[in-house]
Amino acid sequence: MTTLIYTILTLSVIGVVAAIVLYVVAQKFKVEEDPRIDETEKMLPGANCGGCGFPGCRGLATALVESDDISALYCSVGGDECMGKIADYLGKAAPKKEPQVATVRCGGTCEKRPRTNSYDGATSCAIASSLYVGETGCAYGCLGYGDCVAACAFDAIHINPETGLAEVDADKCTACGACVAACPKGIIELRKRWPKNRAIYVSCVSKDKGAVTMKACKAGCIGCRKCEKVCEFGAITIENNLAFIDSTKCRLCRKCVGECPTGAIKMIGLAPLVKKDEVKEEK
Amino acid sequence: MKTFPIGGVHPSDNKQWSKSSAIAVMELPDVVNIPLAQHIGAPATAIVKKGDSVVVGQKIAEATGFMSANIHAPISGTVTAVDLQPNGQGLRQMMITIKREGDEWDSAIDRSETLVTECNLEPKEIIAKIKEAGIVGMGGATFPTHVKLSIPDGKKAEILIINGVECEPYLTSDYRTMLERGEQLIVGTRILMRAIGVSTAVIGVEANKPDAVQHLNSIIGAATDIKVQMLKTQYPQGGEKQLIAAVTGRQVPPPPALPIDVGAVVCNASTAVAVYEAVQKNKPLIERVITITGSAVPQPKNLLTRFGTPIEAMIAKCGGLAEGDVKVINGGPMMGRAMSNIAMAALKGCSGVTIMVGSAAKRGIESACIKCAKCVEACPMGLEPYLLSKQARKKAWDAMEANDITSCIECGCCQFTCPANIPLLDYVRLGKQTVMGIIRARNMKK
Amino acid sequence: MANRFFVSPSPHVHSDYSTVRLMGDVVIALLPALMVSVRVFGWNVLAITAVSIASCVLLEFLVQKYLVKGPVTVNNLSAVVTGLLLAMNLPANIPLWIVVIGAVVAICVAKMPFGGLGKNIFNPALAARVFLLIAYPVQMTSFPTPTIDGFVDAYSGATPLGAAKAYLLDFASFDVAGMFTGAMGGSFGEISALALLLGFAYLLMRRVITWHIPVAILGTMALFATIFAGIRFEDPSMHLLFPLFHILAGGALLGAIFMATDYVTSPMTTKGMVIYGIGIGAITMCIRLWGAYPEGMSFAILIMNSVVPLINKYVKPKRFGAK
Repeated sequence: MTTLIYTILTLSVIGVVAAIVLYVVAQKFKVEEDPRIDETEKMLPGANCGGCGFPGCRGLATALVESDDISALYCSVGGDECMGKIADYLGKAAPKKEPQVATVRCGGTCEKRPRTNSYDGATSCAIASSLYVGETGCAYGCLGYGDCVAACAFDAIHINPETGLAEVDADKCTACGACVAACPKGIIELRKRWPKNRAIYVSCVSKDKGAVTMKACKAGCIGCRKCEKVCEFGAITIENNLAFIDSTKCRLCRKCVGECPTGAIKMIGLAPLVKKDEVKEEK
Repeated sequence: MKTFPIGGVHPSDNKQWSKSSAIAVMELPDVVNIPLAQHIGAPATAIVKKGDSVVVGQKIAEATGFMSANIHAPISGTVTAVDLQPNGQGLRQMMITIKREGDEWDSAIDRSETLVTECNLEPKEIIAKIKEAGIVGMGGATFPTHVKLSIPDGKKAEILIINGVECEPYLTSDYRTMLERGEQLIVGTRILMRAIGVSTAVIGVEANKPDAVQHLNSIIGAATDIKVQMLKTQYPQGGEKQLIAAVTGRQVPPPPALPIDVGAVVCNASTAVAVYEAVQKNKPLIERVITITGSAVPQPKNLLTRFGTPIEAMIAKCGGLAEGDVKVINGGPMMGRAMSNIAMAALKGCSGVTIMVGSAAKRGIESACIKCAKCVEACPMGLEPYLLSKQARKKAWDAMEANDITSCIECGCCQFTCPANIPLLDYVRLGKQTVMGIIRARNMKK
Repeated sequence: MANRFFVSPSPHVHSDYSTVRLMGDVVIALLPALMVSVRVFGWNVLAITAVSIASCVLLEFLVQKYLVKGPVTVNNLSAVVTGLLLAMNLPANIPLWIVVIGAVVAICVAKMPFGGLGKNIFNPALAARVFLLIAYPVQMTSFPTPTIDGFVDAYSGATPLGAAKAYLLDFASFDVAGMFTGAMGGSFGEISALALLLGFAYLLMRRVITWHIPVAILGTMALFATIFAGIRFEDPSMHLLFPLFHILAGGALLGAIFMATDYVTSPMTTKGMVIYGIGIGAITMCIRLWGAYPEGMSFAILIMNSVVPLINKYVKPKRFGAK
């Protein structure tokens, strides 16, 4: 009987002491927080991808609640709809952004870009690119070790084993920008997302002179300026031997695609434009 | 026997291939490509242009600021281009291309073999001559020597250490230099002592080169200012901090501290010879001894090579590449850089070319870490490579900084010893580069 | 091009260490102890060992292939070492079905759920042994009498530690030579100090382990026992015999040399290893002298296993140049 009483007593004392300690600690380290942060966080997609520039959704939620002007804050995963809801809840002006999609700008497939050596280091684009030019003669192209794949929280980018290049699954891509930051070669760009994932872009980032590019890769941009001349919207600029199509100016007219001698301008979800000479014949 | 205090590994030294081959002179190349960045610091600025004709030893590129080095023409002829060319890693760099015509030297250079021991120049004049000659650390780090010799205000050099350790397996260029150019080395050492104002110098040599120790001792004779110190054969004995600790017992504190903080200045043995030539003979740095070696190289050699000579040509002189899988390394197998372009030029920092063939050219297959702690045991800087590489994979840069990643000397002991073949250093190096970048950015903000 | 150029970051050479070599060395180092057991307890020992190793390897194979569906890595010998160590922690007359249950606990509970080799927190063989000790106390503590001619049946099948606990054994009469060569009751791997020390020497020679953990454990135990003997016994000869007894008896040597030094579950720095070893030694002696069980090695190692992540986090090696 005494054992029982002692046990109950000891446990009770421990319980009380622990409760007091917990209470004191809880009071001492109490953090006052705006309850709206929790609500806002719930409205965000909860992917914690870091695409907004904050460590996670809670970081963005805190910023959204605390800053008066939220026009610079945006969750590309949730998009306009999500941001609109949050803005309504917080009573602030909703930030708007055109939907975007990540685009891999390299067309140097195994076939077009012959391998000159075998890389035998750790499977990481960052490590390989800090060591040397890569397995091919092109210093700008996709290395294919999948740093972007590892960075993607949405399973939207993969290395195609046949081409050795990264490919974006546009339906899954949320334009969070994680792959853009992960790619040491700066190949991936966030471009305007057209309906049905249509796109026209220069699938090359090589700044080498035309002859050098041509030697390393059959699908590279050689900076010949043919596309620039044909573009009616001023969307194409050539800098450092490299064409660039500004996706905010491009109207998907497809004229440049046929002009490119190396096929570096890629077209997705669009039928090829009827060729010029055929048009002439009709006339 | 003296050695460094923590870590280290014992790779088989494999110096037998090239150690007994006396320094031979490499044929002059017909065309050379000289990169403007052959040293740590800002690339030099070209002062010649296409069409200019140059003579051997003529300055063709000038140091850009203090932390940079001059570059001189290694052959005489005509400059045909100043343009981007691929380097050993295939990356395109600014290079000066010279097409050779004969072998005409700058008249100021004393090409005689006579040993000039007398040097009465002031320290400042010596350093100026070294800077003019474009001398950089020839052990591989290519740190401009005049920067090293310019002791910052408030610091005082107490000892000069000449690095004749050559702890990299395979390489024998410093060893042959010590054996065949020992007299010049000793004079060079005395000039360096004069330049930094110290009265003692120690030449550190690994125990696997007893004949070099003996030879240097016989040259020094009864003089007491220079001492040859035999050191245990253990990698990385030739690491600057390891060598200082082995010779003086003093440990250089973690970065940003420098060797001068413990009163030591370290120069490579080949650098000391180059200093002799620059100061006493007015000869700029235009050539060096390069070891071409490897178990499958038909005739391994130590070649006195003009800079700009294609490594391909040197390999051909040694009997060519074996068929099949190869790895051509600019430097030794522990810290050298594998090349994807063997047409690259031999440069100031190239002490040798190691050729691995067959299965030796490839790395082992990575398996799971068994936490054997061998990497921790092997790390000469007292770091935890297993942890650092794990953090680098997770991009936990802050944690890496807290774990002293900046102390890493990239010696490769951890990866060498890892039973699971984990590419520890690949990730640790990536982490170190990233963390250094973060630190630089932070300092810029301040 | 006739050449295929390989490019990788440095270093480009590798030592001759490999996981297989290290594991193989542990197996070789355990062979003398195994041979002594065969001689002392008969061929049954080999049957237990074979069943234990076979079940561990098979289970690991099955889990990796059909459950995890990842790469199968049983050829790295780690499951063989687990099986062998598990067997050596069992009495020589244990029913074989209990051995199989032990293997299931070792591989399917202690090792694979944590992620397999290199990720487990507790030593799989020891976790299995402790499980069996609690689940099958009768079979796990009825040790057969050493059967070989010439060996004295000193403890009637009980272990020296058990005897010491039960009757406060007359220490002055215990057989030091016997404990060295294998004439004592116990799990079949732990009986011969000589064979285990031979294995230790081999492991040190091959640089598989360092001396820190075993020496820290045994040193702590000896120190602890000496202090205890100094207080407890008046006979000065006991002051020397008592520590010796504790080092030789039970699983002290097997545990200190082979179980506590398990790479995965021991600390990464030498400083940490010493702390870990002292902890094991102290806990073992506390259990032996005041606990309910006669032997405390397994529990001590498992308890210290759980502290290892903490040790790794806070005990750092001495950095070069740091004050």
